[in-house]
Amino acid sequence: MKVISSRSWRSVFLILIAVGLIALALGGYLTSITRVVLSPVITAQTWLSTRFLALQNYLSAPQDLAFLRLRNVELEAEVSRLQAEIIDLKQQLSETRVLSALVDFARVRPENRYIAAAVIGRDPNPFVKYAIINRGSDDGLRKGMPAVTQQGLVGRIAAVTAGAGRVQLITDPASSVNVRIEPGGAQAVLNGSITGELALEMIPQSANVQTGDLVLTSGLGGNYPGNILIGQVLSVRSRETDLFQRAIVQSVVDFSDLQILLVIMNFRPVDISPLIPTPGAP
Amino acid sequence: MVYLLGVLILASLVVLQTAVFSHVILLNGTADLVMLAVVAWSLQKKARNTWIWAIIGGLLVGYVSAIPFWASLVGYLLAAGVAILLKQRVWQVPFLAMIVATLCGSLIMNWIVVAALRIAEVPVSLFESLNQIILPGILLNLLLALPFYFLFTDLAGLLYPADLEM
Repeated sequence: MKVISSRSWRSVFLILIAVGLIALALGGYLTSITRVVLSPVITAQTWLSTRFLALQNYLSAPQDLAFLRLRNVELEAEVSRLQAEIIDLKQQLSETRVLSALVDFARVRPENRYIAAAVIGRDPNPFVKYAIINRGSDDGLRKGMPAVTQQGLVGRIAAVTAGAGRVQLITDPASSVNVRIEPGGAQAVLNGSITGELALEMIPQSANVQTGDLVLTSGLGGNYPGNILIGQVLSVRSRETDLFQRAIVQSVVDFSDLQILLVIMNFRPVDISPLIPTPGAP
Repeated sequence: MVYLLGVLILASLVVLQTAVFSHVILLNGTADLVMLAVVAWSLQKKARNTWIWAIIGGLLVGYVSAIPFWASLVGYLLAAGVAILLKQRVWQVPFLAMIVATLCGSLIMNWIVVAALRIAEVPVSLFESLNQIILPGILLNLLLALPFYFLFTDLAGLLYPADLEM
């Protein structure tokens, strides 16, 4: 009885102390004591945790690094692919804009039949001005067909193969186009040169040609259809001692940036050589 | 085999010339890749019958270009001839031979084209040709001369490996 009673009192006493400590702790009376007691424990915990994490990172780094490198390579490849796609789309957008302008041009002139051709190269010799296009006799192109853009006259087909053609630009030194100058209506001849400059020759002295006058094809000679815009007069040289006036023309077409042109399919140049009298013939 | 390779190389150069180098313009002059190739090959010690390369180049350019057919043929043949002559005279300084051959070849080629155009009654001013096309073209050719020479030296080394002395 005495032993059981002593144990019971000891248990009750311990329980009372624990409850008291808990009550004091919940009441906040033991804060400073717990701080002092726990501080070294926390320091040791922090030290151990830091070292463990460092060791864990060190051991797992190769796997993470390899994964990151692989992922980096994949992302770089994806970026390159997207950049190439952007460039391709920009090119398509540029071509679409040009084609749209050409379609508008064709709609305004429904009497003509056109075929679009891309410029794929230039003549390898710098003395002549020719463009090589990706349409040929298989597409119905024939020698002499005029080539235009939505801005104005480009030239005419000089030679064709099955799948390609060569266009003589109006800036070629061997090119001559019969033109009309508006608003005066004077007739003249437009010649190219090795520098690509366009010059109006054989302008009558009586013609009143001013800077800014428009130059259009006249249709004379049968080589080009009439009323196709070529450019504007840039400067005029008129001397009383000369038989004819001379002028320099600024073309409306930018020949250095020619990408796509239209070939007029339903125009056939007229061969007037049988009508030209030969010397000595009756 | 060498001639077949020559056709492939010269055809590739013609395509490159028309598609790319025709847009690389100095004033109004451009480089002549086919002439550089013909001259560089003609200067190789072991190369034989290099005039065939000149004919191939002349035919290819004559087919593509609007200049009279015979002009490119004669021009490249003369350029190859000058290169062969220099190879025999200036063999100790191949770089100098390449520079001189390029200069002479460019002048010959351009003046033949001018003559051909004038024969065809195309109005071409000599002074303007020299200032705007010939001199800038020569400069561009000289810039590309040595790279072409090195490329074709390597090509000659591949096609004609040096004999081992036993």
